Amino acid sequence: MNYISLKNNQTVPISSIPELDYSLFLELNVFSLIKGTGSHCVNYFGFPHAGKIKLICCIADDELNAINILSSIVDAKQPLPSFSKQNLVFEKFEREIHENFGIVYTDHPWLKPVRFPFNRYKKNVTVADYPFFNIESEELHEVGVGPIHAGIIEPGHFRFICNGEQILHLEIQLGYQHRGIEQLFLEKKKLLQRITLAENIAGDSVVGHTVTFVNLWESLCNYQPGRDLQLARTLALELERLAIHTGDLSAMCTDVAYQLGSAVYGRLRTPVINYFQKWCGNRLGKSLIRAGKTNFPFTNELAAELTGLVGEYEKDFEEISEELFSMPSVLARFEKTGVITNEQAATIGTVGMSARMSAVSRDIRFSHPHDLYPELHHEPVIKNHGDVHSRARLRKKEIDQSIGYIRQMIENLPGNRQEDTGLLVPSPNSFTISLVEGWRGEICHCAVTDDNGELIHYKIKDPSFHNWLAVALAVRNNEISDFPICNKSFDLSYCGHDL
Amino acid sequence: MLDNLKILFHQGKQYIPDVTIAKVPGIFRGRPVISTVKVDETELMEICPTNAISTNPVCIDLGKCTFCGECAMAFPNKVKFTTDYKIATNERRKLIIVEGEDEPLQLNAELIRTEIQKCFSGSLKLRQVSAGGDNSCELELNACSNVNFDMGRFGIDFVASPRHADGLVITGPITENMARPLQICYDAIPEPKIIIVAGTDSISGGIFEGSPALDRSFLSKYTIDLYIPGNPIHPLTFINGVLELIKKRR
Repeated sequence: MNYISLKNNQTVPISSIPELDYSLFLELNVFSLIKGTGSHCVNYFGFPHAGKIKLICCIADDELNAINILSSIVDAKQPLPSFSKQNLVFEKFEREIHENFGIVYTDHPWLKPVRFPFNRYKKNVTVADYPFFNIESEELHEVGVGPIHAGIIEPGHFRFICNGEQILHLEIQLGYQHRGIEQLFLEKKKLLQRITLAENIAGDSVVGHTVTFVNLWESLCNYQPGRDLQLARTLALELERLAIHTGDLSAMCTDVAYQLGSAVYGRLRTPVINYFQKWCGNRLGKSLIRAGKTNFPFTNELAAELTGLVGEYEKDFEEISEELFSMPSVLARFEKTGVITNEQAATIGTVGMSARMSAVSRDIRFSHPHDLYPELHHEPVIKNHGDVHSRARLRKKEIDQSIGYIRQMIENLPGNRQEDTGLLVPSPNSFTISLVEGWRGEICHCAVTDDNGELIHYKIKDPSFHNWLAVALAVRNNEISDFPICNKSFDLSYCGHDL
Repeated sequence: MLDNLKILFHQGKQYIPDVTIAKVPGIFRGRPVISTVKVDETELMEICPTNAISTNPVCIDLGKCTFCGECAMAFPNKVKFTTDYKIATNERRKLIIVEGEDEPLQLNAELIRTEIQKCFSGSLKLRQVSAGGDNSCELELNACSNVNFDMGRFGIDFVASPRHADGLVITGPITENMARPLQICYDAIPEPKIIIVAGTDSISGGIFEGSPALDRSFLSKYTIDLYIPGNPIHPLTFINGVLELIKKRR
């Protein structure tokens, strides 16, 4: 075939990525997804290149554990046929390219702004000018919610079109959280600054995004992390999953007015995040993950404490979960609410939890394993109904699984820490891709360097980028009063999307 | 019903009895203490990802600090982070910790407006706005109201509408895209009202300082009643800071 095939965290010369004519580029990328959910697009982006735009498309072959990469150079002024016309999973990627560079797609079904970045092509269009879909009718009404919401959550605007209490259509407008992170990755040259940026992409996925960055950086510097570093990263990823899933179950209980569940899950999260503080001094794991080193080695004392913690946690967790999932008043709200069918999930290309709850098996820990995951032989947890209940059950099962992995990992800790050889410099004229399965789904970072090994492009993709459309589809034909529980059960990131 | 009672019984008492004297577990990095030991100050300054360290004399600006602790690891004799989490204050310049100083941070009673104590000492309802926040401060603000920290016991709550609020809690570096909604929210809060900025990103922009995607002009228009440093803020820092603001007598 014409593409170059990479493994997760592999660095290659940028020149080794085949450059195709756009029509062939389109045909091959669309064709590679034809065989169904065994392949999916993990990233597709453009960046300025000698007065034109270079497009890079990364298709992950989940069965062969490979990521197939192709590129094409196009003129921003030349209208192009879209990938999205052939396959909807490219829809948002192309909107992003359109928004950043002004490339016009002649047959894109939904060419709307994505996040109103500061360096967008059309500066005169602001976040207040989003072109909402509307329906002329005397029977229908619109409900606008946000950008500021009732609780302590991030901003985003939700525009509902309702028939009485029933939602016909929801459109979600994001971009309020845009901080220009990708550009800052290029401008802030110190490694610690870049790690700090990675830690601040999304505060609920600190470990996820930071591990993605350091794995990418180490690959770019041709540095092989020791087993102790890999163990710490894998452990931290599973602890983050444990903490956030628990917090989400608490919030889902709140949204169906089950007060005891909300309080118990809420307090069960506390010792887990306090454990991060004991390990690294920060409740959300900021400062824990570093490239080429760790400032906080995982000691035997920490391991002993963790064993105690998961034991205590599990006892209380199982007790409240048994109650939650057998309570009729909870099940009545969870079951058949906010459904995403298997077909919908596959069509719009959801990832992570949002895919697995609709029987789409998509899990980087299984298909492109990194750090210690190859040894854990991870089997993705799959649910079939795609409703709020599936998302709740998935969390419960994944928590059980994470506890198992944590126990397995601390059973045989690696011995002495390997000598710190230090990081080398990033390879010049290279391309690196790094994928990590965060608690929410796959996180993908890509980097391109110039002649001197300086970053010329840094691309971040949070799983929320794929999944927000699923929220909009899930609430259709539900009562508007069920929107909070639908939204919370997905728990997608605003800042991770807006960057 | 019985099962629920059993769970309630098994959970026991989870709240922190006295949040003003609670100890934080582990190696929390709170108020730093800088010794007068001579070190290579340029090297020390260079470590910091957010330019929070300045020299002559050596200072750490908690409004810019991300509390990553890298400076303390490189120069353990020079910088030490204590577990003192009471680092909120109402004067921006007080957030700058100078070498040789080891005093707890306090609010300047002179600067607390009289109406704050008069109107809010028994009840304070806050409206939170995340303006580019990374959801870490937001998680910790939510934690303030959970069963462990239980901020509600002091009459301090977060409310859903600015119309019900006595003040604004801002998190995040304030993006250009959120500047207008933030202003609208502030304008909708009835007088008298307070402004609290929570988290390093919000106080100085943090790692995002200087990004062209920000518009921080809102902050220069009004008096800030409370600065709460942290990345993210610790719930105990927030609760104690707010309590001091509403209870402190001149």
